[in-house]
Amino acid sequence: MSLVRLAFANLTIQPLSSIVSIFLLALGVGSITVLLLANAQLGDFLKRNAAGIDLVIGAKGSPLQLVLSGIYHADVPPGNIAFKEVERWAAHPMVKSAVPLSMGDSFEGYRIVGTTAQFVDLYDAKPHIGRLWRNPFEAVVGSRVAQETGLKVGDPFSGSHGFTNSTDRHDENPYLIVGQLAPTGSVIDNLIVTSTQSVWMMHRVHDQKQHPTKNQSQSTTSKVCDPLAPNPSPTRSTHRNEPHSHHVEHHHPEEEKDHNQKPDSKHFECIEGSEHSDEAEKEVTLLLITLSSPLGILSLPREVNATAGLQAASPAYELTRLMQIVGIGIDWLNVFAVVLVISAALSIFAALYSSLRARRQDLAVLRCLGASRSELFQLLLTEGFLLTTAGISTGLLTAHGGIALLGYLLLDSQGVMISGWMFAPEEIWLIAGLFATGLLAAALPAWQAYRTDVARTLTTS
Amino acid sequence: MSKTGQSKVPSLSNPMHTDKAPPVVAIKDITFAYDTARLGIESFELAPKETVAVLGPSGSGKTTLMHLLTGLLRPDTGSIQIHGTEITTLSEASIDRIRGQHVGIIFQNLHLIPSISILNNLLLAQRMARVAIDSHHAQHLLAQLGLGELSHRRPGELSQGQAQRAAIARAVVHRPSLIIADEPTSALDDTHAREAITLLKTLTVNNGAALIVVTHDERIRNQLGRQFDLRAMK
Repeated sequence: MSLVRLAFANLTIQPLSSIVSIFLLALGVGSITVLLLANAQLGDFLKRNAAGIDLVIGAKGSPLQLVLSGIYHADVPPGNIAFKEVERWAAHPMVKSAVPLSMGDSFEGYRIVGTTAQFVDLYDAKPHIGRLWRNPFEAVVGSRVAQETGLKVGDPFSGSHGFTNSTDRHDENPYLIVGQLAPTGSVIDNLIVTSTQSVWMMHRVHDQKQHPTKNQSQSTTSKVCDPLAPNPSPTRSTHRNEPHSHHVEHHHPEEEKDHNQKPDSKHFECIEGSEHSDEAEKEVTLLLITLSSPLGILSLPREVNATAGLQAASPAYELTRLMQIVGIGIDWLNVFAVVLVISAALSIFAALYSSLRARRQDLAVLRCLGASRSELFQLLLTEGFLLTTAGISTGLLTAHGGIALLGYLLLDSQGVMISGWMFAPEEIWLIAGLFATGLLAAALPAWQAYRTDVARTLTTS
Repeated sequence: MSKTGQSKVPSLSNPMHTDKAPPVVAIKDITFAYDTARLGIESFELAPKETVAVLGPSGSGKTTLMHLLTGLLRPDTGSIQIHGTEITTLSEASIDRIRGQHVGIIFQNLHLIPSISILNNLLLAQRMARVAIDSHHAQHLLAQLGLGELSHRRPGELSQGQAQRAAIARAVVHRPSLIIADEPTSALDDTHAREAITLLKTLTVNNGAALIVVTHDERIRNQLGRQFDLRAMK
């Protein structure tokens, strides 16, 4: 009959107050753990997707939008930039790599991204079935795209204009799946990746079909389009919301207007059909930049922003800004969780203290049986420890189990990878802090037990 | 009062090496003031296997004497020896140890620990007395007292008489040399009172212990070997 067993028996003989204490503590622990896990995984997710990208260069607009669209594929890009910019910035001495992305089409809601093989390398993604693209209109699918759409190597598919399930499909020229990427836990899982060239060709073919008259006239000469002339092409009326260029102006009608007035914005259409398509007139949506020197983060954006129509956005800076806005909510949740833990500690204190009053006689008897004062102290502390342990483990298990379940559901419905079986480093501190709080809450009742005046307690029975 | 030759604080661990067994209890010239009353005892000794009824009306200091004997209170003056060890000058931790090892107490209100079974109450007493945990002995003792079948019940699930026997079993389970019972029969009818005293005497003699019964119950005073009236001590 050890002290621990006695402590356990004391707690279970009147289970209600023990259960309330455990429940309150579990609630506090669970809330904090969920916050910690969410915070850690959000940070992790953001970092994993940032994939070492230092800057995103794109058309002028909101820098946050540029980062969200370029890195997280969660927003529409602000506009397009000329392909010559790719070459220009890739050659910059401070740039280690510049990966162009061309967006604008999707398949069943999954974005089709025209890029180079470097993009796949950024995310350490490897085709675990098939291979990367080699020829035009070959594409690889991210693991989640494959899982959700059922696309597999050897399947043809047609992209649609825009990022939502549009009916305007490029049926005339389907892509062929040549590879499927292994899961990475990053955004590339949700993408269909092909070459920049394929996206260009897709739109060339598409626009040829859409504007046969225009293209016929254009095809006879190269570069007949006057880039400075406003383009009152019928496209504007028929495809007001689905522009041909591969960015999604339809989400930004104002920008569309601006953009249409830019001399180079229509080059893509102008060169289509031309046998001598000028590289300098092609467009991409944005550029993902990795710097060769950390110093570049200061000077390069200034240089980019000084270029007409271009801006550079730093993912780190934009995300910090975003987290600051969202962070206020998280701070308050933390305060709330701390309040829960304090109330749990108080309930442990109350449970032990009230049971102590009822058990004064028992404690006096234990002393008569030969227990020392310190053994009574230990007994009460053990009871506090057991309550704390039960509360903490219940809270941790519930939080991790809940997050795991949520992760399972989200993976199923949203493709968001959340794991309940990871541990945030702060959890160690949380657990240590909670044990300290629990023992502190038990210390006063324990001290009262220590000081039990046996003779007086027994006489006043 | 039997007078025995007093050796000079013999070793507690080896008290039987003297030719004559030392007294289990030896009190000399103690005084203790409590509340408004005062207790004074010139001399009181108790040999192994001896039984004594400590008598006196309420407020005469019966319980105080019990607390002094168990070291829960310290006398203002005088000496109390348990097994030859002077307990009035010992540290509290040492008194706790001596009380646990050498004294078995039966409380008026029994005071079995309610959250654990009566068998575990017995094992807890062994644990607190720092003797080897002997579940077999505890079970045997309970069976002897007719509680064998009930050993896994909690005290709250026993009748008054069963609880009384369980409390007696707990007091003797670690084989103490001194058993002190505080009004053990006050809540019992004549039959159960007689049974309880007989049981206490039997267990005392079998264990070679001494028995002090603090009581004002006239029914049992004559069943014990000696009577020690506190009124005479005033």
